[in-house]
Amino acid sequence: MTATVHDAAPPTSTEPLSFERVGMTFPDGTEAIRDVSLSVHKGEFVTIVGPSGCGKSTLLKLASGLLEPTSGTIKVNRDRLGYVFQDATLLPWRTVSQNIELLAELHDVPADERRRLTAEAIDLVGLKGFENHYPKSLSGGMKMRASLARTLTLKPPVFLFDEPFGAVDEITREHLNDETQRLFQLERFAGLFITHSISEAVFMSTRVLVMSNRPGRIIATFDVPFEFPRHPDLRFEPDFAQLCGRVSHELRGGH
Amino acid sequence: MDLVTTGTDTEAGAIPSADDDALAIEIQPEQRAKRPRRENPARFILPPVVLGAALIGVWYLISYGLLSARRRFLLRPPHQVVQNAFLDGEVMKEILLATWSSTKVAFFGLVIAAVLGLLLAVLMSQTKLAERAMFPYLVVLQSVPILAIVPLIGFWFGFGRTSRIVVCVIIAFFPLVVNTLFGLQSAERGMHDLFTLHHASRFTRLRKLMLPAALPAIFAGLRISAGLSVIGAIVGDFFFGQGEPGIGQRLRTYSNRLQGEELLAAVIVSAGLGVAVFLFFTWLQNRVIGKWYSGAGGTGV
Repeated sequence: MTATVHDAAPPTSTEPLSFERVGMTFPDGTEAIRDVSLSVHKGEFVTIVGPSGCGKSTLLKLASGLLEPTSGTIKVNRDRLGYVFQDATLLPWRTVSQNIELLAELHDVPADERRRLTAEAIDLVGLKGFENHYPKSLSGGMKMRASLARTLTLKPPVFLFDEPFGAVDEITREHLNDETQRLFQLERFAGLFITHSISEAVFMSTRVLVMSNRPGRIIATFDVPFEFPRHPDLRFEPDFAQLCGRVSHELRGGH
Repeated sequence: MDLVTTGTDTEAGAIPSADDDALAIEIQPEQRAKRPRRENPARFILPPVVLGAALIGVWYLISYGLLSARRRFLLRPPHQVVQNAFLDGEVMKEILLATWSSTKVAFFGLVIAAVLGLLLAVLMSQTKLAERAMFPYLVVLQSVPILAIVPLIGFWFGFGRTSRIVVCVIIAFFPLVVNTLFGLQSAERGMHDLFTLHHASRFTRLRKLMLPAALPAIFAGLRISAGLSVIGAIVGDFFFGQGEPGIGQRLRTYSNRLQGEELLAAVIVSAGLGVAVFLFFTWLQNRVIGKWYSGAGGTGV
């Protein structure tokens, strides 16, 4: 337990997020993560794939400060941290635009600036015309878009995604992947994305990390060579399929 | 927008694609609102009306078939109740004034219980210690039979209106605290995480997350407590009858004087008061949270 945790350690400009030999053991003795080192640079979109229950989400909770690691160092600027949850976590009593405005409200952004950022984000995710709808009348995909837009209003330098598209159907998921990839192109944040879908990981990322079963460790790293912007049809190219195959091979434990 | 294909979202059926013109989007809520109206209203109105008519038939049967003329004062037939109580200006004035007085008592009791209950629930939601310390006493308060503390209430607050209001507060209090506390704790973990991530203060979290999330439960509590408060006002009349007479007072007097028609009329009016209070709070709930809360539709029982 020689934790050297620097909460608000100033990240270097090119490395907004880094983990150094991070380990996490829960009070009940469950070791979720062991010896994880990784860094995400500005303009990088790093995806972690791993079997369910391998501690992927724990990794993001650690990055965001919702959990404290039991060992190792995490460097990240948590002032305007983008975090997209598994669920859309929209507040049901707020309309779409009020929901998107929430984070700017929490960060005390002045009202007119807030409205401008909200309108811009609504535009970016294609929710125009739905500003005054309540979440209960939105489909799963649209809720997720509203959730993305809410995070976009912060213009976060670091964007964490915790399996955000796991609950939507595959067609919607692919659209949301295209969307996210486009947003990444525009904003060039440092992205850390968690998923258990290999094709989602390969399609969006500049780098794919493969995590082992619990306790989670990084067991393989793949650089994804495809140029941005990536066309949706990339998913059906042989190179793409081959890379997916290699990731899948590592996921199965290299057998 | 160029890369967005919202076609998938239309699969849910409820929402037109964002690519459609604004008109299509505006029409949508109206279409949704129309859906319940397509059902034939007669199907909702007819069954209770028929049942009501049957019940009145049974009433007549008992009055004329079961009771001898000598004992008919026990259950006067409906038309006599209407004639001698509802259509008698003096009697009706007496009953309605008493009902109004009881309504005020129930209202003040409910308001006091709601303010106290809300404050206490907020306090309990903020510190686990307060919740642990107070909850057992709330359960005790809830379990004490009101009849057992009647002498005490009279001893402290006299035998008039104040004591009647106190009875209402005591019996309306518990459901309000429990429901509000439950509501305050109902916000999902993920939403709390969201507020934590963005450094929300305790007060901001309460105001923007916990209190709005608690509204449906608060309304559920209000409806239960409003009904209980009406009962409290009537029960209170039986013990604390001094001052302006309430409907409970009238019930007691009519019963003592064997005034069957007036008694039945007073019972029907006080039942009406209970129904009116319930409908009012259902309406208020739909008005305040119906737009976003999906469980608020219908009668909201």
